[in-house]
Amino acid sequence: MSIDKKIVDDLVANDVSFVTTVPCKQLAGVIDEVDRREGIFHIPSNKEDEGMGLCAGAWMGGKRPAIIMQNTAIGVTINTLATLIQYYRMPLPMLISYRGELREPVACQVEMAVHTKALLAQLNIPTYHFHRQSDVEELDMILKYTFMCSKPVAILTDANFWGGYGDQ
Amino acid sequence: MIRSEILREIAPILRDQLVVCNIGIPSQELHAIDDQPSNFYMLGTMGLASSIGLGLALAQPKTVIVIDGDGSVLTNLGTLPTIGNNAPGNYILMIIDNGSYGSTGDQPTYTGKKTDLAGMARAAGCDNVVVVQDVDTGPALQAAIEGGQATVLVVKCDSGNAKMPVITMDPVIIRDRFMKAVAS
Repeated sequence: MSIDKKIVDDLVANDVSFVTTVPCKQLAGVIDEVDRREGIFHIPSNKEDEGMGLCAGAWMGGKRPAIIMQNTAIGVTINTLATLIQYYRMPLPMLISYRGELREPVACQVEMAVHTKALLAQLNIPTYHFHRQSDVEELDMILKYTFMCSKPVAILTDANFWGGYGDQ
Repeated sequence: MIRSEILREIAPILRDQLVVCNIGIPSQELHAIDDQPSNFYMLGTMGLASSIGLGLALAQPKTVIVIDGDGSVLTNLGTLPTIGNNAPGNYILMIIDNGSYGSTGDQPTYTGKKTDLAGMARAAGCDNVVVVQDVDTGPALQAAIEGGQATVLVVKCDSGNAKMPVITMDPVIIRDRFMKAVAS
């Protein structure tokens, strides 16, 4: 089974039916898979804080949401995470492409990568780092944990997890 | 009219609807005029009322009215294409356009100058954009509710704030009672 399909299967198995995405090359296959699934409403966002607003509304409307985005977005969404998702105590799985880690070809991506875990830790956001493909086996448990505790939870997926990036 | 006068006038219409209300003085005014469990007050996160309301309208069938401001829409302009391409018929975005950032001391926004929010919404793909003057808000809102079509309602009014207390209700209580109203 492809890793993209496995990830989306886990989302569906955990009743996630509202997914917003901001594009990423590494996550392109997952985004395609999300878009294809009948049980998921896929709504692309123009910016990640907008996407978190959509997810907050969907959750209050009775649907389990998720957001798919890059780690650079942690810099964009700190206020939204603190004053909306955490303040009102809402669950939000964040499937994040962890750019700027091992096998990254673009130097600028490293500049946010070095801050990513520190920022998530500062926000007390439970954070999981998928580095090897077998790490995906934890996704189902992470999703259950997220909706159990009603918190934003970060799943960082690096280039090694995706089997390399671009021409690397 | 200023925003609080409009809210007072449309309170009987809002009372039976799900309302997502913008951060700051707009929420304080709505809370003081007619607090309802079906009101979701934003206590932070400027700009996201329209997005929260859109997610809510897409997730369930009841009508959702978002009370937003010109300054808040300007801070989250990416919301307009998302609304234009996805908003269902139960979504109403009411932008109280007073040309100023009311909660921070009435500094002017660009909509009080050359920028036309209604034109931007149309260009973003919103098919049903209605512009009204403050005194006509009630009938226009009622028509939008009955119309069953996604609507962006731009209400042109005067700048100014009523003196209302800060909302001290716990955010989790605001959210919990709102979710119960959604589900009822």
